[in-house]
Amino acid sequence: MSEKTTFTSHRGLELREDLIFEIGARDRSGVDLAPLRGVRDRLGGITREVVDLPGLAEPEVMRHYVRLSQKNHAIDMGLYPLGSCTMKHNPRLNEKMARLPGFADIHPLQPASTVQGALRLMDELAHWLKTLTGMPEVALSPKAGAHGELCGMMAIRAAIKARGEIQRRMRVLVPESAHGTNPATAALLGFSVDEIPASDDGRVDLEAFRDKLGDDVAAIMLTNPNTCGLFERDIIAIADAVHEAGGYFYCDGANFNAIVGRVRPGDLGIDAMHINLHKTFSTPHGGGGPGAGPTVLSERLAAFAPLPRVVAGKSGLELVEHGDQTEGGPFGRMVAFHGQMGMFVRALAYMMSHGADGLRQVADDAVLNANYILAELNGTMTAPYLGPCMHEALFDDAFLKDTGIETLDFAKAMIDEGYHPMTMYFPLVVHGAMLIEPTETESKASLDLFIATLRDLVASAKAGDTERFTTAPQLAPTKRLDETRAARQLVLRYRSTEKKQVRAAE
Amino acid sequence: MSAVKFTKDHEWVSLDGDTATVGITAYAQEQLGDVVFVEMPEAGKTVSQGDEAGVVESVKAASEVYAPVSGEVVEANPELEDNPALVNQDPLAGGWFFRLRLSNAGELDGLMDEAAYKAYIEELD
Repeated sequence: MSEKTTFTSHRGLELREDLIFEIGARDRSGVDLAPLRGVRDRLGGITREVVDLPGLAEPEVMRHYVRLSQKNHAIDMGLYPLGSCTMKHNPRLNEKMARLPGFADIHPLQPASTVQGALRLMDELAHWLKTLTGMPEVALSPKAGAHGELCGMMAIRAAIKARGEIQRRMRVLVPESAHGTNPATAALLGFSVDEIPASDDGRVDLEAFRDKLGDDVAAIMLTNPNTCGLFERDIIAIADAVHEAGGYFYCDGANFNAIVGRVRPGDLGIDAMHINLHKTFSTPHGGGGPGAGPTVLSERLAAFAPLPRVVAGKSGLELVEHGDQTEGGPFGRMVAFHGQMGMFVRALAYMMSHGADGLRQVADDAVLNANYILAELNGTMTAPYLGPCMHEALFDDAFLKDTGIETLDFAKAMIDEGYHPMTMYFPLVVHGAMLIEPTETESKASLDLFIATLRDLVASAKAGDTERFTTAPQLAPTKRLDETRAARQLVLRYRSTEKKQVRAAE
Repeated sequence: MSAVKFTKDHEWVSLDGDTATVGITAYAQEQLGDVVFVEMPEAGKTVSQGDEAGVVESVKAASEVYAPVSGEVVEANPELEDNPALVNQDPLAGGWFFRLRLSNAGELDGLMDEAAYKAYIEELD
């Protein structure tokens, strides 16, 4: 492939951009600060050496970041089928609400009497989350999915401790297909992790699960729908069995978007579940975050919910910031303040603009779109499990057998076609996994183009055009990266050899 | 050195006296792809057969390395820290993971020989 070169290294409207350290200089700055005169510092004589930050004028800074942003993919640019991540459209109404001064310009240390609206919003969000999940309590403060997992598992540990069983009940069961954060969360809290094998149809092997139960089991951590995009149809039997053994049921709610408005996790016997507001409830993530992971708790765990909590007081809503430290009460607090307030506003805006019926349709459409992809592509690609699926369609790499092309190459070729690759090599239970989650916000036309593109790629692969894959991406701002070398020789910090020499000469 | 034995988790063990050397198979490294990081047990640690003894991380995934037999860890391969690529280049020799002083030599009898392992991976493909 011959490539047209330019004098500037710009490629038409796609402008080349160096690192900010390479374009900045210490003698340039976007701000003019008058030198300090007559001010005595109180830093005990600590003098500042050179701060090695690049100086740039305001337009240079602006151009730098705009150019960088144009080298990336975003949900606002195109389909982003990253399985398990739920990269759905972030409605602009959410953003408008989050910018209202009454939400945007407040501080967590303001007196409660001056932020009644914000507290009311938190209370309303809690009401929606509890109603949608059929659970009596919710902790709003966790700041991400994995943080929510930690919250739920801390509540479970507190409950076990209150029962006086913390010495012996320290084993947590986790299916093979789990998100990696599940065993990591359990291990962080000192639990030992025991893996449950999958059955041939991609779900928890119920018999193997029952065999692993015992009076040392603290909990099972299960994702439903699971990471293969399948509904765990034995979930009630699983809940009953773990409860009978004296353990708790943690559900990873990362895929709640597939069942919101249709299934209430509380009805399934779940004791704790985090909810990714940045997935199910459309708040931004993947560069636009932050995430938020409120965690709902069952009757059995409600008393252990962390602080703060919003409660109705004599003169309006109040935040309970301190609890008694006795056993059987709140296990503590997880964050300095109240959680991701900006995300609470966006999530509630999404809920209220959709309504209960609209949220049900969100789940329906997400599942329909994924099944459309599964139905249209199975046969061209290979699906390891029979459909119908839930919100994401899982394929393996059997269709690439003997082509010399791997899942990674296939994903890279998608970049040349203008798509963010699907999730690769996850879940681990499937060989060369490709996990596609279209979300409900893609139109049929968008899905049809995507499907046609993948069919074209598969046809190329089978016709022996390996170059389209193994050298991809060719059309992206950066070409094929050496991921192995990047991982083996990790460089996390920019170091300029040139600048060091200059300093040595000074 | 006696014959090499294999596990269903794609590890090999070779015995020299009462010291067993453990690594992952050529098939395992091929499936993992480029290995970028290896975490190994410290010398002196006692492991039982099937226990997690380390982690091998590739560009695709992180996988546990299990103790194929019980014993006390005598040493871990010092080369792998700086050069994890050895696992890909020379899985059956230079890319060994750790050595164990066996506590139950009988466990070796339960493992596969080379022919049985070959048949096992053919079945997987």
